[in-house]
Amino acid sequence: MLSFARSLRWVRGRHAEPTAPSVRAADRSAARPSRRTPETPHVDIAPNDPLVMYLLSAPGPVALDGLRLDSPALRDLRAAGVKLVVPLVSQGELIGTFNLGPHLSDQEYSVDDRRLLDKLAAQAAPALRVAQLVREQEAEVRARERLEQELRLAHLIQQQFLPRKVPDLPGWQVAAFYRPARQVGGDFYDFIELADGQIGLVVGDVTGHGVPAALVMATTRSAIRSEAPRLVAPGAVLARVNELLHGDMPSNMFVTCLFALLDPVRGRLRFANAGHDLPYVRRAAGVVELRATGMPLGIMADSRYAEAETILAPGEGLLLHSDGLAEAHAPDHAMFGFPRLRDEMGRHQGGQPLIDGLLEALDRFTGPGWAQEDDITLVTLTRSARSEPREIASFVVPSRAGNERVVMDRVAEAITAAGIDMPGLARIKTAVSEAAMNAIEHGNRFSEDVPVGVQVLATDDEVLVRITDSGGDRAMPEPSQPDLEAKLAGKEKPRGWGLFLIKNMVDDMNVRTDGPQRVIELVARRKGGRDGDSGRAS
Amino acid sequence: MATAGERLKVRSADGAAIIDLPSEVDATTETVLRDAYVEAAAATRTIAFNFGGVEYINSTGIAVIVGILARARAAGHVVRAFGLSDHYREIFEITRLSDFMAIFPSESSALGPR
Repeated sequence: MLSFARSLRWVRGRHAEPTAPSVRAADRSAARPSRRTPETPHVDIAPNDPLVMYLLSAPGPVALDGLRLDSPALRDLRAAGVKLVVPLVSQGELIGTFNLGPHLSDQEYSVDDRRLLDKLAAQAAPALRVAQLVREQEAEVRARERLEQELRLAHLIQQQFLPRKVPDLPGWQVAAFYRPARQVGGDFYDFIELADGQIGLVVGDVTGHGVPAALVMATTRSAIRSEAPRLVAPGAVLARVNELLHGDMPSNMFVTCLFALLDPVRGRLRFANAGHDLPYVRRAAGVVELRATGMPLGIMADSRYAEAETILAPGEGLLLHSDGLAEAHAPDHAMFGFPRLRDEMGRHQGGQPLIDGLLEALDRFTGPGWAQEDDITLVTLTRSARSEPREIASFVVPSRAGNERVVMDRVAEAITAAGIDMPGLARIKTAVSEAAMNAIEHGNRFSEDVPVGVQVLATDDEVLVRITDSGGDRAMPEPSQPDLEAKLAGKEKPRGWGLFLIKNMVDDMNVRTDGPQRVIELVARRKGGRDGDSGRAS
Repeated sequence: MATAGERLKVRSADGAAIIDLPSEVDATTETVLRDAYVEAAAATRTIAFNFGGVEYINSTGIAVIVGILARARAAGHVVRAFGLSDHYREIFEITRLSDFMAIFPSESSALGPR
């Protein structure tokens, strides 16, 4: 028995003496990382080593002397001075060995020694197995905790860079929805306030998941935020951001991104697309896609991005989205799909009701207990339908020089009498006077018997003044900035300021002809329009 | 209030001529404005327009002012303006008239050295 104290070493003993030749045996799988103690030489037995099969089928301890096997492990064991190997077998699996050096007495191990060792192995194997299982489980728990922590971190980064609230745009319903998948993808969206009341809309998706995707998302968002105010044009913004990302980004990652510029007053939307899912617009005639071509960000240097433009009319809505919704799968593996998304978009009112409607459709499609596969991002902007304009005044004046002032004063009176608080009344007056003068002089050519018609209408957020003359056969020139230098130098006549003034005094100016008649419509927003603070006029 | 046919009074102060404009500046007041300018320009090189009593300017009035500025420029005279309402001050900025006719808040500031 004494011999055991010196020559028997447990395979995983950390404190085996350096001089002791017998050490470490195989783990269940040599591929699993093992805890090494550098001062202790150890022997790994590969799972496919013939020694494994030999030990498994051996009836008890195996003396290595005279054993003939083409086994790397056997060579290693011999080199380590091992003489006797006792297999530790649990449930038909070799889970370790006792390796013994030479007997202290310089004799062979006796039959009794072997019997004792065999009994010991029979009791040690299950205990060792339990210890191994406990350790494996601990490692798994640690790995899971690490993963959870990474997920929390990715969530945190993601949340940090998403807008806290949607912008407050008069005349628009804006709503946004973001729900990360458990694995947190790299979805993002943003609203950027720009000069002249324009607003930048961003929606994007970074390939991959977790912290790396979240970091690339944060970088992309910051790049867009810093470049958009300077460059404004969507194509230029994406080209610049691509330049910044390309080279800095891991080669297996890229970002799809749509950048759009909305003029909320006119409903004008300019956009460029770096390979992102196409936005939808719901019009009266149905839902359409907004197309613009461009490579995802970060793939290729010098990518160019086409720009396109559309108008969102009152009542029309825009949906920006990521593929998390369209590419969701039902239990039968069917995909939600873009056509279904498009149909659903046409079915719901804009704003929050649209988002709620889309999510309900998704719930119905996937059924209960669905594990969300990817981040879902939805951003929607719907232009409020224009309230029916009500007429607050309608009259005619003869086409006589000077009557433009009559028109101007009567329009101003009508607006005031209707109780409309109009900060920009002085501007409307100037625009109305110019439009009436234009009608008297150019439309009706001072024919006193040909009247100028005036109609004043109001909606909840606009005042409209329509001035009608008989110049339906005459085109109205496009208003442009007159060349003051040429006029001062005597190269041009001093006149020609009328249309330019009108255009600058109101929020919108529309000209249309209707048979012999020509109508110029002036649109002034009641609030949130041109500066809005112009109550200081004389 | 001056109307077509009347003459505008031209005042002189501190070596400059001051023209008090009528309540309306448009094509109908072109002649009186031009006459007043010619009178003032004969006497001095600096002419200041007082817009304090002006209630209405339209595009033809702007054309009248442009015509006068063109003459002043050719003659090397300096034209200043004061007493403009915020609304017409904005219009002078939009039309860029203010680039060629310095705008002052008051008569005394318009007469001071520049």
